Amino acid sequence: MADVIASPAVHTGDHGHHADYLSDPQHKGIWSWMTTVDHKRLGVMYLWAVLLAFLVGGVFALLVRLELMNPGEDFMTAEQYNQAFTLHGAIMVFLFIIPSIPAALGNFVMPLMLGAKDVAFPRLNLASFWVYVAGAVMAVTSIVVGGVDTGWTFYTPYSTSTGGAVTMMTLSVFVLGFSSIFTGINFIATVHKLRAPGMGWFQLPLFVWGIYATAIIQVLATPVLGITMVLLIMERAFNIGIFDAQIGGDPVLFQHFFWFYSHPAVYIMILPGMAIISEIIPTFSRRTIFGYRLIALSSVAIALIGFLVWGHHMFTSGQSALAASIFSFLTFLVAIPSGIKIFNWIATMYKASISLNTPMLYATSFLLLFGIGGLTGIFLGALSVDIHLHDTYFVVAHFHYVMMGGTVIAFLGGLHYWWPKMFGRMYNETVARIACALVFIGFNMTFLTQFFMGSQGMPRRYYTYLDQFQPLHQFSTFGSWVLGAGLLIAAVNLMGALRGPKNAPDNPWGGTTLEWQTQSPPITHNFAGQPAIEHNPYDYRYFKVPSDAV
Amino acid sequence: MNTWLRDLFLPSAASIKAQSVDDLFMFILWLNIIFFILIAGLTILFCIQYKRRSANQKTAHIEHHTVLELTWTVLPLILCLIVFFWGFNTYMQAGVAPDGAMEIQVTAKKWIWSFGYPDGSVAIGKLWVPVNKPVRLIMHSEDVLHAFFVPGFRIKQDVLPNRYTETWFHATQVGDYVIPCTEYCGKGHSEMKAVVKVVSQQDYEKFLEEGDPDEKGLPPEKLGATLYVNLGCSTCHSIDGTKGQGPSWKGIWSAQHKMVDGKSFLVDENYIRTSILQPQQMIVEGFEGIMPSYQGQIRERQLVALIAYIKSLK
Repeated sequence: MADVIASPAVHTGDHGHHADYLSDPQHKGIWSWMTTVDHKRLGVMYLWAVLLAFLVGGVFALLVRLELMNPGEDFMTAEQYNQAFTLHGAIMVFLFIIPSIPAALGNFVMPLMLGAKDVAFPRLNLASFWVYVAGAVMAVTSIVVGGVDTGWTFYTPYSTSTGGAVTMMTLSVFVLGFSSIFTGINFIATVHKLRAPGMGWFQLPLFVWGIYATAIIQVLATPVLGITMVLLIMERAFNIGIFDAQIGGDPVLFQHFFWFYSHPAVYIMILPGMAIISEIIPTFSRRTIFGYRLIALSSVAIALIGFLVWGHHMFTSGQSALAASIFSFLTFLVAIPSGIKIFNWIATMYKASISLNTPMLYATSFLLLFGIGGLTGIFLGALSVDIHLHDTYFVVAHFHYVMMGGTVIAFLGGLHYWWPKMFGRMYNETVARIACALVFIGFNMTFLTQFFMGSQGMPRRYYTYLDQFQPLHQFSTFGSWVLGAGLLIAAVNLMGALRGPKNAPDNPWGGTTLEWQTQSPPITHNFAGQPAIEHNPYDYRYFKVPSDAV
Repeated sequence: MNTWLRDLFLPSAASIKAQSVDDLFMFILWLNIIFFILIAGLTILFCIQYKRRSANQKTAHIEHHTVLELTWTVLPLILCLIVFFWGFNTYMQAGVAPDGAMEIQVTAKKWIWSFGYPDGSVAIGKLWVPVNKPVRLIMHSEDVLHAFFVPGFRIKQDVLPNRYTETWFHATQVGDYVIPCTEYCGKGHSEMKAVVKVVSQQDYEKFLEEGDPDEKGLPPEKLGATLYVNLGCSTCHSIDGTKGQGPSWKGIWSAQHKMVDGKSFLVDENYIRTSILQPQQMIVEGFEGIMPSYQGQIRERQLVALIAYIKSLK
């Protein structure tokens, strides 16, 4: 009986003969990084870029929370506050969450999981990175030159009539969209064409399924956002009259266009998070995943139905009752595949051998937080209840539970999971667990309170508020400090590990997928030979856990 | 328990609609609680029960279980459909105002709400309505999007610049209910507030005949102080010297105001009167011409009161 699922060509034990991608003598110096077509190096560069964006967006979040400590002006004017929450939202969505998992971790891990040397179009991958950088520079420029106060949703006619650098900001979103499309096209081609011999669609690791479903949405939905942004720019520049009621346009049309992208974009954000959880849970349970096909296909179902629910952002916008009813119905349908996933993950932990190392701690946090995020979505999908809750803090709390409690927690779990593979170094486990606990506690302090405020009638995007909400606002602000501290500790711990020796084993967690069957960090061409697949992923019956695994 | 939870999440129900919305809200809340306990309970239970005890611990190989998977597909689906139909039903029932409802025209602009009554009078910042009578609101905006929200009534509707939207309510409790704007509309968004004054039929008729009872019998200076808040002046103009969206009122009386076009005016009765009725005529240096006109929406007595109030702010 075979001990490993990978072919003998990549059997562990003969590493040390190959230089890894970080210290490859043929690729040295800053220029080799800037022009690299190696998916691993691009993944790492993306990682630094999105982490920087996360830092900036996070600082704006802390400022927003600080201003809300007391009603009235604390240290920002209303105008500055409006710019702060706009930048928090726009940076987090367009510069951080959307590229975070696919472009950073996906770029690094997915080709390894497929047993491929690289993505299908390495140069397009490089282009995607630099287009992202260009978009990010434009976004930063717009902050510096004029500030943007439209909210990340750019609703018309406010966005066509306000001052500031809205044109620059929307143009940057347009440019960033292309980066996202390039990555999507690349990943679709890679999954179709570069799978290792023996790897059929149902032998794909579930991370790849999630990234694949995401890529489909990126390619199909992002162009609509691009066109919408161009229309908005034209409206501002030439007064065409598409969205601005003063000159015959329809502001609600903008909302349709915007959400036609931005609702699927929610799935661009959460599907990769789910994809990471589908890797972490079987690995740390040392058990095959429960309901592989259902998890894989539910990703695709979410991607497809996700295109048809955008109107649930607009129940109070004046759209027809018929449209609202259909959107509400479809919204409940799209909830089902997410529920299925949660139960399948939990079932995977049944009769397992669970170790609560940091990645698994994040995964269990994900189950609880994303659980709350998903369940509270039922309130918002129900028509009459949403009328009351729309545009209140209840919605703010709900989507933070999904985006942060879901995607960002999964991203952190993924970082801790693949960090030894990416950089060949282990971080301090105890410190990482403390950071995870602080993030979990701080997150709930910050956002659980916001459900109560919202359903009591606290509207979102408010710079000041009625006195009755002050205790909850203050508690939420304290929570944001705990959350910030947790994230800071996690960052210092991970970064600090980079200064230590390369001490990570090739397969520290006993993972079954192919990225663990090469050395840590991987060699420039990923594998010494062409790996082949003999068994399904996560099948621990045929997999011998290495003795140096944690 | 149920009442405690209801009060934790929801403001007290003050309209017919509120009751039916709250019932569904509570049903979903209980669903949430039950499913969260299920998810969290199983996760924690399995983490303890199946904690790794030895490196080579045997694990089960269970690829799937059709009955179980069907259960957690079909059961949530049924529950979701129940919630959908319930929400759909209450939404449709609440959609159209009953015949004979009293009609009020609502105008939103940055950052004030004004209300036009059936008798042609207009009030800013306060919506007077009789209790136990359906009220239909026909709304439009003069600039960007706004949204009309009354948490106590569980109603919300965006207000658009290019067409009328409507909502309605049937208040069941006498009292004051806040109307916060809930569609982001710029600098003054969080201070764009109005109040629904739900009063008895008698008091309502009295209001129509004699005007706002809160404003009656007050000396002009006091009335001005009330109007300063009620008419929305306080959103942009401070009375303590801090610079807002508009110039502060503190100590401006009989000062010289420099305009953006270089002219200079003495702040006197006529200057203030013009500033309120035709604000675009005179724009003070350092500010934008964003103030809406109050022409036709403010009574002579109120103007006098505001002037007296500004005079008093030394």
